[in-house]
Amino acid sequence: MSVPALQLVPALAVLAGLVLYALSGGADYGGGMWDLLASGPRARRQRDAIEAAIAPIWEANHVWLILVIVVLFTAFPAGFGALMTALHVPLTGVLIGVVLRGSAFAFRKYDRPDDRVHARWSRVFGVASFLTPFFLGLCVGGVASGAIRVAAGRVTSGYLAGWTTPFAIGCGLFAQGLFAFLAATYLTADTGSDPEVQEDFRRRALASGVLLAPAAALVLALAWLGAPRLAAQVAAAWALPLVAATVAAALAALLALRRRRFGAARLAAAATVALIVVGWARAQFPYLIVPDVTFTASATAPSTLRALTGALAAGALLLFPCFAYLFHVFKRRSAAPARGTH
Amino acid sequence: MAVSLGFHIVFAVIGIGMPLLMVVAEGLGLRRRDPVYLELARQWARGVAILFAVGAVSGTVLSFELGLLWPTFMAYAGGIIGMPFSLEGFAFFTEAIFLGIHLYGWDRVPPRAHWLAGVAVAASGVASGIFVVTANAWMNAPAGFRVVDNRVVDIDPLAAMLNPAALQQVTHMTLAAYVATGFGVAGVHAFFLLRDRTSALHRRAFGIALAVAAVTIPLQIASGDWIARMLAARQPAKLAALEGLYRTRAGAPITIGGLADDDRQALRGGLELPGALSVLVHGDAGATVTGLDAFPRTDWPDVRTVHLAFDAMVALGLGMLGLAAWAAWLAWRRRGLPDARPFLRAMVAAAPAGFLAIEAGWIVTELGRQPWIIHGVMRTADAVTPMPGLAATFTLFTLVYLLLATIVVVLLRRGFLETAPPRAGARAPAPPPPP
Repeated sequence: MSVPALQLVPALAVLAGLVLYALSGGADYGGGMWDLLASGPRARRQRDAIEAAIAPIWEANHVWLILVIVVLFTAFPAGFGALMTALHVPLTGVLIGVVLRGSAFAFRKYDRPDDRVHARWSRVFGVASFLTPFFLGLCVGGVASGAIRVAAGRVTSGYLAGWTTPFAIGCGLFAQGLFAFLAATYLTADTGSDPEVQEDFRRRALASGVLLAPAAALVLALAWLGAPRLAAQVAAAWALPLVAATVAAALAALLALRRRRFGAARLAAAATVALIVVGWARAQFPYLIVPDVTFTASATAPSTLRALTGALAAGALLLFPCFAYLFHVFKRRSAAPARGTH
Repeated sequence: MAVSLGFHIVFAVIGIGMPLLMVVAEGLGLRRRDPVYLELARQWARGVAILFAVGAVSGTVLSFELGLLWPTFMAYAGGIIGMPFSLEGFAFFTEAIFLGIHLYGWDRVPPRAHWLAGVAVAASGVASGIFVVTANAWMNAPAGFRVVDNRVVDIDPLAAMLNPAALQQVTHMTLAAYVATGFGVAGVHAFFLLRDRTSALHRRAFGIALAVAAVTIPLQIASGDWIARMLAARQPAKLAALEGLYRTRAGAPITIGGLADDDRQALRGGLELPGALSVLVHGDAGATVTGLDAFPRTDWPDVRTVHLAFDAMVALGLGMLGLAAWAAWLAWRRRGLPDARPFLRAMVAAAPAGFLAIEAGWIVTELGRQPWIIHGVMRTADAVTPMPGLAATFTLFTLVYLLLATIVVVLLRRGFLETAPPRAGARAPAPPPPP
């Protein structure tokens, strides 16, 4: 099942966008969760650390999602149309979450510096940070489930298929846990100037990281029932090294956290998340929506794909130096490599 | 969708216009070593931060909504007009990156680099506006593809982007952003000047905003005329609807006001300027202009609404032009900032004029295109999602938007009232925003 290079480029761009969104935007969601769960005598300092880490870059982080959407509908309009129809409900959930989260974060910053007002916006921000990754996970589960059926460009399985299964719900919960782990690990590397808060986040990162192992096993087990095609891929030739690498990265992250090597922990946690996203994408390739919509079948005309490839290349040339500058300005103080630039 | 767009357009427009004002203020501050201008740039930047955050989320919502509400349209058109959206994505990215540097980098990057970051924000804001508008222009003047047996073939995304309506619409919308922001901001500062005409901060702010507004409004009216000619050539039914012209005739009039009546095929009431439409479109009072009777009734837009919205837009535009002329006259006579009280009051009253004109113009271009979603190619009714319970989603988003708009207004109002310094120079420079 080979896919022509012209279609592979935008498909890879979508994947790259998703990986970068998980690494940057995902960590922002996780930050929001820890903001809501901030507790103990240092709750306020934890919140301040989270805000300092997120504030200058979260707008930029968020654009990865928009990029994924526009590349999908430019390159694979038929598949995009089907996705948006079948996943109308959970995607609306994602949207509401994005809206509330983004605006609550900005309002909190610019509203009265009053603790009660601050707490109210924090709650909205935190709750939305919990819900949005859950809905994103539902969408991933739905796409992979094989329950969304498409015939002649029309969705025939209704509006509840796929994303309402236990497998999809498992995906949603797993996404929450994964982002919480990622954010806590990043935050340990960002809080070098406040060792107590750093220790708080280290404990949170270790706890959420350890809990991820049984959660991952559960999602895989649910996949056997809820996404058989995906589950069958575990036996494929490519799967073993990828799974091994993912497990190794996760263990490395936990070990580094234990030994307080926070820079290394950040890298390893990012690698874990990236490998999980790549693994999911590889398992469902060449399907955009399992089992009826392939990338090839929903691709648009070669002329558009060529133009899009040019635009993506030019955009990347423009963006990466800008991003490098952004991170250079705001993250240079931490000893570890800048987050999101890998 | 219409509500989302009507909401987003306001923020998008401020997102295009406001960075320009901010950059001008900061540039003047750096050049003249004037701390008041720099303070002004900071205050404006705070406003931009709130508005950008909301503009960004409403933009995200839109990019999804395109697909959620119009899956058939997107499946059909995505490959043709996806290009400008992808480019817009990059422009938006650049804007978000440099806005981050601008907002949080006051004390982290050298002043010149900081100003350049502001310039990048302003430029990428304009660029993203341009890309999105080319997509809308394509819906009015589809190009860059052929339809053979209900299938889209021969797609040329560049030709689709550079469609025949693109240049006119892009010019009109970009100028609209500067006009609306200019008048809006000038109005706010005129309000403060009415309380205290010596405030150095508000005098400078009013000066910059008024200059932007007064320079762009005459250009805007010229670009409106350019669009009307384009419509006469490409979408005569739309032009006929917005002028309320039912019968094809020589020496066609412009009718100001009047309720359109489709059954009688005439406007009830309204003031007729004989031959004026023929002059505007063809430069000849005797020339023939196509009326709605040249098209089947199923292809008519909602003439009554479109005509009234069009008149509202034109009236607002001419009113703002009058204000600009007044400002120029005052400035020339006084050799300084026009701050006569009656003029300031008029500017306060005109603060929302540009935004109202944009909303009216949006109604004109969108309803004027009906019943088509892609002019002459796809009808709106065929493009909408088959999803049941759409009203629920729709109501939900409308409520969310109303809530956001309220909060933004409250925050901005409070921000202005609380940070407005009582007198020029009497106030220490604001502390840098928390990192």
